[in-house]
Amino acid sequence: MITITVDGREHEIREGQNLLQAVLNLGYDLPYFCWHPALGSVGACRQCAVKQFRDADDTEGMIIMACMTPVSDGLLISIDDPEAVEFRTAVIGWLMTNHPHDCPVCDEGGECHLQDMTVMTGHNQRSHRFNKRTFLNQDLGPFLNHEMNRCIHCYRCVRFYRDYAGGTDFNVFGSRNRTYFGRVKDGTLESPFSGNLAEICPTGVFTDKTEKAHYTRKWDLQTAPSLCTLCGLGCNTLPGERLGTLRRIRNRYHGEINRYFLCDRGRFGYGFVNSPRRIRHPVLRQTTTSQKVIVSAERAIDHVAGLLAEGATIGIGSPTASLEANHALRSLVGAENFLVGIDAGEAEMLRIVVATLGAGPARPPSLRDIERADAVLILGEDPTNTAPMLDLAVRQSVLNVPLERARKLGVPHWNDAVNRLVVNNERGPLFVATPAPTALDKLASGVCRAAPEDIAHLGFAIAKIIDPGSPTPGDLPHRIALLAGPVAEALRKSTTPVIITGTGSGTVATLQAAATLVRALGAVNPGAALCLVVPDCNTVGVGLFGAHDLSHAAPAAARGEIANAIVLEPDLSRRGRNHALTAVLDNVSHVVVLDHLDGPATDRAELVLPAATYAESGGTMVNNEGRAQRFFQVFVPEGEVRASWRWLQQIGERLLGPEAMPWGGSDDVAKDLARELPVFGPIADLMPVPTHRPRRRVPRQSHRVTGRTSVNAYLQIREPRPPDDGESPLAYSMEGSPLEPPAGLITRYWSPGWNSVQALNRFQEEIGGTLRGGDPGIRLIEPRPPDEVSPNRDEPARFTPRSDEWLLVPLNHLYGSERLSLETPGVAEQAPAPYVALNPDDGDRLGAGPGDSVVVEIEDRTLELPLKIEPGLPLGCAGLPEGLSGLSDLPAGRWARLRRMP
Amino acid sequence: MVLTPDELALFDYGLSLEENPRSACVAAMKFIQDRRGWVDDEAMAWLAKKLDMNLSDLESVATFYSLVFRKPVGKHVILMCDSVSCWIMGCESVGDHLRRRLGIDLGQTTPDRRFTWLTIPCLGACDMAPAMMVDEILCGPLTPELIDKILDACEEADSS
Amino acid sequence: MTAETPLTAGIQANGDVLSLNRYEDMGGYQAFRTALREMTPSEVIETVKASGLRGRGGAGFPTGMKWSFVPKRNGDTGRRYLVANGDEMEPGTFKDRLLIEGNPHQLIEGVLLAAYAMEADFGYVFIRWAYRDSFLRLRHAAAEARAAGYIGEDIFGSGFNLEFHVHVSAGRYMCGEETALLTSLQGGRANPRSKPPFPPVAGLYGKPTIIQNIETLCNVPHIVRNGAEWYRNLGLTEESGTKLYGVSGKVNRPGIYELPMGTPIREIIEQHAGGMKDGLRLRGFLPGGASTPFLLDEHLDLPMDFNHIANAGSRLGTGTMIILDDSTCPVGMLANMEHFYAQESCGWCTPCREGLPWVEKTLTAIEKGEGQEDDLGILEDHCKLLGPGYTFCALAPGAADPLASALRFFREDFEAHITGRGCPWGSGGRY
Ligand SMILES: Cc1cc2nc3c(=O)[nH]c(=O)nc-3n(C[C@H](O)[C@H](O)[C@H](O)COP(=O)(O)O)c2cc1C
Ligand code: SF4
Ligand code: FES
Repeated sequence: MITITVDGREHEIREGQNLLQAVLNLGYDLPYFCWHPALGSVGACRQCAVKQFRDADDTEGMIIMACMTPVSDGLLISIDDPEAVEFRTAVIGWLMTNHPHDCPVCDEGGECHLQDMTVMTGHNQRSHRFNKRTFLNQDLGPFLNHEMNRCIHCYRCVRFYRDYAGGTDFNVFGSRNRTYFGRVKDGTLESPFSGNLAEICPTGVFTDKTEKAHYTRKWDLQTAPSLCTLCGLGCNTLPGERLGTLRRIRNRYHGEINRYFLCDRGRFGYGFVNSPRRIRHPVLRQTTTSQKVIVSAERAIDHVAGLLAEGATIGIGSPTASLEANHALRSLVGAENFLVGIDAGEAEMLRIVVATLGAGPARPPSLRDIERADAVLILGEDPTNTAPMLDLAVRQSVLNVPLERARKLGVPHWNDAVNRLVVNNERGPLFVATPAPTALDKLASGVCRAAPEDIAHLGFAIAKIIDPGSPTPGDLPHRIALLAGPVAEALRKSTTPVIITGTGSGTVATLQAAATLVRALGAVNPGAALCLVVPDCNTVGVGLFGAHDLSHAAPAAARGEIANAIVLEPDLSRRGRNHALTAVLDNVSHVVVLDHLDGPATDRAELVLPAATYAESGGTMVNNEGRAQRFFQVFVPEGEVRASWRWLQQIGERLLGPEAMPWGGSDDVAKDLARELPVFGPIADLMPVPTHRPRRRVPRQSHRVTGRTSVNAYLQIREPRPPDDGESPLAYSMEGSPLEPPAGLITRYWSPGWNSVQALNRFQEEIGGTLRGGDPGIRLIEPRPPDEVSPNRDEPARFTPRSDEWLLVPLNHLYGSERLSLETPGVAEQAPAPYVALNPDDGDRLGAGPGDSVVVEIEDRTLELPLKIEPGLPLGCAGLPEGLSGLSDLPAGRWARLRRMP
Repeated sequence: MVLTPDELALFDYGLSLEENPRSACVAAMKFIQDRRGWVDDEAMAWLAKKLDMNLSDLESVATFYSLVFRKPVGKHVILMCDSVSCWIMGCESVGDHLRRRLGIDLGQTTPDRRFTWLTIPCLGACDMAPAMMVDEILCGPLTPELIDKILDACEEADSS
Repeated sequence: MTAETPLTAGIQANGDVLSLNRYEDMGGYQAFRTALREMTPSEVIETVKASGLRGRGGAGFPTGMKWSFVPKRNGDTGRRYLVANGDEMEPGTFKDRLLIEGNPHQLIEGVLLAAYAMEADFGYVFIRWAYRDSFLRLRHAAAEARAAGYIGEDIFGSGFNLEFHVHVSAGRYMCGEETALLTSLQGGRANPRSKPPFPPVAGLYGKPTIIQNIETLCNVPHIVRNGAEWYRNLGLTEESGTKLYGVSGKVNRPGIYELPMGTPIREIIEQHAGGMKDGLRLRGFLPGGASTPFLLDEHLDLPMDFNHIANAGSRLGTGTMIILDDSTCPVGMLANMEHFYAQESCGWCTPCREGLPWVEKTLTAIEKGEGQEDDLGILEDHCKLLGPGYTFCALAPGAADPLASALRFFREDFEAHITGRGCPWGSGGRY
């Protein structure tokens, strides 16, 4: 610890920071623009000027940029010094010479960092009397608006987009005060992280275009802490609603997971909540006429209760639904009748995932851990498209490792530009072994393209080098085997190596190999970690129920032993699920589906119950690391939409009486689950303390909501009562304080003087660290100590190309492989059209070129698809895009016959 | 095709002398410009590949520097110094002469695509002020007569 | 080479380049051979240190001291670079062109010696695009030197290697700033970067790098050959060596003159540059290029060296003076200079990027007769707020300094423009 003096006050602080971060940590208001805790300092904007004094006798002092100054013991500075104040005010004055002052029509207004800083410096008089320079704006695609005239040239956008996130199609052009931030030509931004520009930009150059379509001011948004449901990482989000419409998603800081950023799928993929295709009322299909009619909730509940009373019922849970919803279903139908809506193949993968997470000795890494990894091996997974924020974390690891050299030269970690200079083009060790090219290949020190089984064998081969006691891998093609040595060497040498694999490649082989490898590595390298990517937001959660998959019910269904099936929020877009579900439902008489949107499952349902989306309900989900996290209801949905667990509870009450499922709120469901299944025990600790004292609750609305009393006046002149929120710690109200809620209950970042997202600095223990009181969430699975770890001897088969058949490998896409995000206007256009991909040589073998029609025959099904030539694909493998309509029937890991359509 | 086979051989040789392809980017754009007068989009795309840069990076560099021409220029490029010594020595009045003679304003190209008139900061020829460069040949001290002579010479060279 | 004008002795009056043979005949490359044979790198550094050579690129940093900041090799085999800064874009500065065009081998020898001293294996000369002849002549000279064995591997069996490159830039004054120059050499936008670490520790590609002005390097062969003491004695004042002084503006013989360091200003202007043109009066002058504050005729008897000029409130800078005479409007002159700076700002930091265009517009408005009462206050504020430490690099302070001095020395001219709603000289701004 060192001591610094700020305007006469002494403070003990930690070494190694820059002065700007230090004074912000101490709670001072010091304006800044170009600095960002995740991007470091470059000293460009000159906004953070303070006065530094040599010693107590120095009255002159010297202007310095706080962000570029390392703190040192005895540092003597003044923020209030008149010259520093004058200069900071002048900086705003300069920025305002060209800024258009269009706050009233600017989407950033009210949460604008530039507005805050302008007020903070006191600049309020314009003395520049000349014309402003103007720019042309670009069309950057469906997600972001571009309004270059507002630019204050802090360079944050380009530093994030290129340096941090590795994007290449966005840049800074020109020089002097014509410096332009955009693309070479108009066009959709290509980076999966482009949406962060809306938060990174301190003013309104980049704003959320999806939000503009139903714009409302930040202070009018009703917000609650939530989770992204569009992949398995569990990024924390802040969805904002007004008047029944979800308006946008913003990042919610979590020090171990997403930190400052979100991927575009997560940020923009909220459109399904507002979709005109939402199911808003129970719909019953008349048995006689097959006609669909809307029925009352009462009638619907009666109907299901009636079905349940009469025949054997299975409940089909969902990896995209909350623990509470799954538990409610399980409670309703009984544990032995509860299944998870996935096929046998996926279930096998899930079993390995859950077993491996708890197997030890490696602890599953958080994204933060991965950023700090000093060697990364990717086996078979394409994180950019299956778990995008993992891609961002891997990028940081690769960029961080070489910083060691800068450290030796005494360059602090936050000195961004100099770090980049010293690092030059060096990269930390990253090895990518996947069936098809990935976006991370460019950063990798070694890349290998192979069929999933061969990738698995590569994993075994590496394990064998590290630990000769590991199973002996099969013979590998020389090209692949070559990589094993260098990877083993890099993993052994490093202190925090991370192996990344997952379910994305659709086979258990790579999972097994990774588990074997991390066990071998963990024995020699205690820092080793294994990151497992899973498809859905609650995959690991349902995995912990230990329930059977769909295939388990198929025989009984076929025997006609199952009368009813209740299907919870089914996501059938993933390979194999639809097929497996169909096999069951075809033989079930009565199908009840709870869902948000119409789809293949609701089509065949007798009764459809309108299920609340994550934004309209609360609950718990378990991410890929086994971390249980809570999300809260953002708004009360229209119509008869209610949380799935609530429907199921009401059915249960009707059937079994009020004592059967005595739950007042989702917390009670979670508590019940925690009691019933020990693995979920810790989630009881996640429960916020209920309160009956409204003023102690955290408001979902800001203290500046406009039109509260009049917004509904066209319906009713009296102000409606706010919705009753039971014992929730949050309130549908502006009352209460948003300033210091527990970390898991932060509904908005606001602090006096800080209306923009930068107010987040005031909610962290230390800037860039954990939230005050610790980041929310709790790990459910703790790995066992090494001596309890049992070796895995499973070994997959080797891959041999066949003469007349191709192995189907799933190819994931940021847009298209996840179904709900496709509902946001503009997203579907970003998804590829269905295709089948082949290596050029395989294309030749078929006599087919790009765009030619190819027939894919598998078992009794055929599909006709245009051919895409993908030179990266290994021979003998055919790539099919995961999740794209028409393909979801095909199980992965199968062999298919291909032929060219004449 | 952006470069002829002969040009390409020379280009590749030049590239081989550089420490890494990226650091050659300015020289590479100049190589094209020396031969084509300016660097068009096709050449940029080609160069980006060749130098293992992405296009936006190359464009970012190209637009930073004032002497990379991303728009077509005339056959002869006149770079007239507008910095302080030349200003003191009357570059404005010789500029007026040039304006009358070419019938264009600063930054423009004559309709016959013969001449482009641009300014350049101090040419390091303050002892020859006012000075200008025509097709990379330094000329000064400029007088209306000298300007006429130079332009006549250009036109003569073009017609022969 | 004559003792009095070592730098320019080899430069021929007819403008032809000095060939390798002629250069060698004049004793060229002997210093380099001697150093290779008889001196350790540290000894070369010590000699240059003892000579008192200070950088000629503007800042006047002691050259030998800069070299001593490079970490000793001690078995480190990584690359290190010596970069000659031939950007020379500061208005009014035209000395380095003369040196490269007239005697490129002198520069090459300077590069070789400096590289030897800092144990560099790469030498770069960074030349601006507009110096086409300099580039062609230097490239030719480098080929000659390579053929003669001065450049390449294991030079004269000494074990010393040097690769030599000439880099031609594509415009922008910023490239002259040393860290921006390095970024530019790496194929990037010429934005400066923060120091520390300084280039001798982490420069080009993050490796130890020395950046030196052309004139500075051209001095080195003579110092090594004739000794530090000889060099120190060349100066008329405490400061060493000769200096290329330049004079431009309305004098009879504008040009570059190599004279002993500390030659009185009056002698330079009146004797060497031939005095003011037909009856014009000198009102003031920028002593060392467009970024140095004005001095007045009362300063004419000062010796032209770093300390004397600094004590008078200006900077020796590059030693190339720009003369303001009484037929020239000081406001117009400043408007012209600030136009240059606003245009050449790299756009990285706020004060420079946004402040200089404001200054330029204000000056242009005043010059056009559209000045307002508080304009001078705005200009004065900028002079202070674009000062060193406030902006990222020295470009903006270099733009503010001459303006501040002009506002002080020629205030009545500014006021006359505003009250008289026009320029008394009728120059009326830029074209
Ligand atoms: C905006 C700016 C432009 C500069 N331009 C040049 C230049 O053209 N030539 C030069 O030698 N130094 C220039 N310098 C100074 C260099 O940064 C550096 O100090 C110099 O090259 C060091 O060499 P020296 O010690 O031999 O003078 C410039 C500095 C600044 C801030
Ligand atoms: S002062 Fe700032 S904007 Fe100006 S050139 Fe230097 S870094 Fe660039
Ligand atoms: S935040 Fe310090 S200079 Fe921008």
